Amino acid sequence: MSLQRHHLAWGLLAAAVVALVAFAEARLSGYERTVMGFAGIYAMLAISLSFSNGLTGLFSLGHPAFMMVGGYVAAILTFPANRKGFMLPALPEWMATLEWSLFPATLAGGVAAAAVAVIAGFPVLRLRGHYLAVATLGLIIILRVVINNADGVTRGALGLNGIPRHTDLWWIFGWLALCLFVCWRLKYSSVGRSLLAIRENEMAAACMGVPRARAKLAAFALGAFFAGVGGALWAHLLTNLTPGSFSITLAFMLVVMVVVGGSGSLIGAAIAAVAITFLSEALRPVEQAVGAYGLVQIVIAVLLIAMLLLRPQGLFASAEPALLRPAPFRARRPRHPSQVEKREV
Amino acid sequence: MTSSYLLQQVLNGLVLGSVYALVAVGFSMIYGIVRLINFAHGDVLMVGAFTAFGILLVFGFPLWAAVLAVLTIGAILAMLIDLVAFRPQRNAPQVNGFITSLGVSILMQNLGILLLSGRPRPFNLPDWLRSNLEIAGARMTVLEVVTVVITLVVLAGLTLFVRGTRLGIGMRATAENPTAARLMGIRVNRAIATAFALGGALAGLAGLLYAGRAGQIHPLMGFVPGLKAFVAAVIGGVGSLVGAVLGGYLLGFAEVLFVGLMPPAYGSYRDAFVFGLLILILLIMPNGLMGRAAEERA
Amino acid sequence: MLVLEGLDVWRGPSQVLHQISLEVAKGEIVALLGANGAGKTSTLLTISGLLRPRGGRAILVEGGQEFDLSRLSADRIVAAGVAHCPEGRQVFGGLSVTENLRMGAFLRRDGEVAQDMEEMGRLFPILRERAGGLAGQLSGGEQMMVAIARALMSRPKLLLLDEPSLGLAPQMVDAVFDIIETIRERGTTVLLVEQNAGMALDIADRAYVLEQGKITLSGPAAELAEDRRLQEAYLGLAPAEASS
Repeated sequence: MSLQRHHLAWGLLAAAVVALVAFAEARLSGYERTVMGFAGIYAMLAISLSFSNGLTGLFSLGHPAFMMVGGYVAAILTFPANRKGFMLPALPEWMATLEWSLFPATLAGGVAAAAVAVIAGFPVLRLRGHYLAVATLGLIIILRVVINNADGVTRGALGLNGIPRHTDLWWIFGWLALCLFVCWRLKYSSVGRSLLAIRENEMAAACMGVPRARAKLAAFALGAFFAGVGGALWAHLLTNLTPGSFSITLAFMLVVMVVVGGSGSLIGAAIAAVAITFLSEALRPVEQAVGAYGLVQIVIAVLLIAMLLLRPQGLFASAEPALLRPAPFRARRPRHPSQVEKREV
Repeated sequence: MTSSYLLQQVLNGLVLGSVYALVAVGFSMIYGIVRLINFAHGDVLMVGAFTAFGILLVFGFPLWAAVLAVLTIGAILAMLIDLVAFRPQRNAPQVNGFITSLGVSILMQNLGILLLSGRPRPFNLPDWLRSNLEIAGARMTVLEVVTVVITLVVLAGLTLFVRGTRLGIGMRATAENPTAARLMGIRVNRAIATAFALGGALAGLAGLLYAGRAGQIHPLMGFVPGLKAFVAAVIGGVGSLVGAVLGGYLLGFAEVLFVGLMPPAYGSYRDAFVFGLLILILLIMPNGLMGRAAEERA
Repeated sequence: MLVLEGLDVWRGPSQVLHQISLEVAKGEIVALLGANGAGKTSTLLTISGLLRPRGGRAILVEGGQEFDLSRLSADRIVAAGVAHCPEGRQVFGGLSVTENLRMGAFLRRDGEVAQDMEEMGRLFPILRERAGGLAGQLSGGEQMMVAIARALMSRPKLLLLDEPSLGLAPQMVDAVFDIIETIRERGTTVLLVEQNAGMALDIADRAYVLEQGKITLSGPAAELAEDRRLQEAYLGLAPAEASS
């Protein structure tokens, strides 16, 4: 394949991100790097959620549950062995002596989250529409209760603190790039198109022989894997974990990012995630200065409602910016603007 | 296990179930007519609780005034939410309505935190409501008796309304087939507003009773009862009013039974149990007890 | 009584009615014939206010008053005296037969609803037997009776009937057409949409034929029944219908 315009665009984008991360690691303060790290993690979470929700028409709110799994698994694996004895007395012998480095722990966190998604997905994915949404919300609550009560392994509601700060921006943006790459390739593959077929019409997809149950489960598990990775990175960025952090509000924030970006649009989700992270960070000092707690959420909720009323398809609908798309997908762009959001892949 | 212990558990379930039933009926009614899972329904309950707080404890009005106020405020608030957030996107995909309701819920919770502070406030009802009554060896507070009685009266009134009045039947007709309803001259938006108003009034009332039971109020208090109302509605078959009442009471009894039978250490698993139950019910009988065959209207 | 002038109606991106003009005089039965997708139902929905025309007018003249139907809301149109018995019956399945009839009289404030209910029982004896049962549990023919009775409960001056014979057993079809004639005798004007052209022309005074959203033929029913083009159309020799 010859070099095309979109290859160049991707190359420039990648170079810009590498330069930005290098600059941030060298020059920015710890706080600024943390904010940027969160922006990257949120972007990864939003991309994976937009992938599994947008392309399958599933509506899962369960990402925080998978983040919880990934975060706790990874944190327990990297936790300094000399402190495990008194912090986490109920750990089994073989785990109490482990002290992994970040990458394998993150991977393990992602795999654990995907495993939970597969187990939970078998029954739950049979539900449709908002039943699925509420059932996945239930998953968050169930996991939270379990972690709260398993305090010998997780320190329960007290939270696990003193997790080593292993995560830096290279790790975060590296994972982000991998997540975007995988989701992008799948979206524009035959699998991706079969997923889109499910979203448009389940019956037709079934008739065409798309194995919809397996495709759905795979998309759900892949989303959960990256949510688990996100949770692991988050734990080693923030250095502490409490079950309360993985709240419905977090699920809501992620949904807002997906909706604002356009359900199914990966780049849209990433842009929305970064914008919303910086917006809430910018509002936080205001919130504290005037004592107007809740302001950030109010602004975001209003943003969401306005978006749904005025532009329900989101910024990019399920499409991607034209510059980044391979040529055949650019060419097929329908001319009638009102139909763009429905047809375009 | 003595018989008075058993009776006590039954009464506890009845009280808890009454609150769930009140919320679930409104929830189910709204679902039935617009096919909307209204996440913000629990937050109307929260506003009802704060209204009751103001009327009873700040201004010192009597209980009947508070009941009247929570019914009114709940109705107006729910209609307002419908008008602003849901009506403009009546023809959008169902999931948009659900996401919007999530946004409305977060908005209301945080407006509550902003305006009223996130700190829980004690909600102490007048002493006469908290005094104990003895019924065959079991204990109930006056508030609990009032809860059960008010719930039954309100549900009876609701039944009369939807079965016997022109507007009530019109509401059910709209839920069945909005197009045919329009051809009868029924104003569909008005019928939908009626459902929101009734549901909101019941949620407001539930807020008063729920807060009285919990002894404290805070802006996030609506979340758990809201979700449990959803579970109750699903048990009963979403859209069915009789089912929602039944589901509310069943859930109340199941919760009391769970807490009563499990060792105290597991009491904190109560919410996990409720959601485990939800997922189980969705899987083995997705139409609930009274629901008709699954339908997902576009 | 009813005048449609140059109606242009769109559904989503496609135009379904092109310059439809027709008239229905008081006391007439007028049939609107055509194949599937020709625009018959869209015409009725425009009259009852569920579809809005982009061009043209729909005027109802009743009791010395003139109503511009393209501007009135659906409930005002019912109040003005138009009842629409929709395609596929669309009874309220979860409501009892009696409740269905009450919904037909939703806008009436006079005290004679109960009396009319009795009257419907005489007109459709089956409804009296099934009064308390759920409408959804009736047979197709019985549901058709409910739908017609429900429409009559508003005491309409003009009744719009959309494919009353659709999916009914032949015996039932005869019964339904008998009832339509009775309705006219009781003083209600009828605009009847049918695919069963033969039977419709039997009872109608005049008829219009719709093809692809345009009126292609009109005239007295007896003449149209002899028309070769019409006979060809209903033998399936007409050009294929557009999918709209």
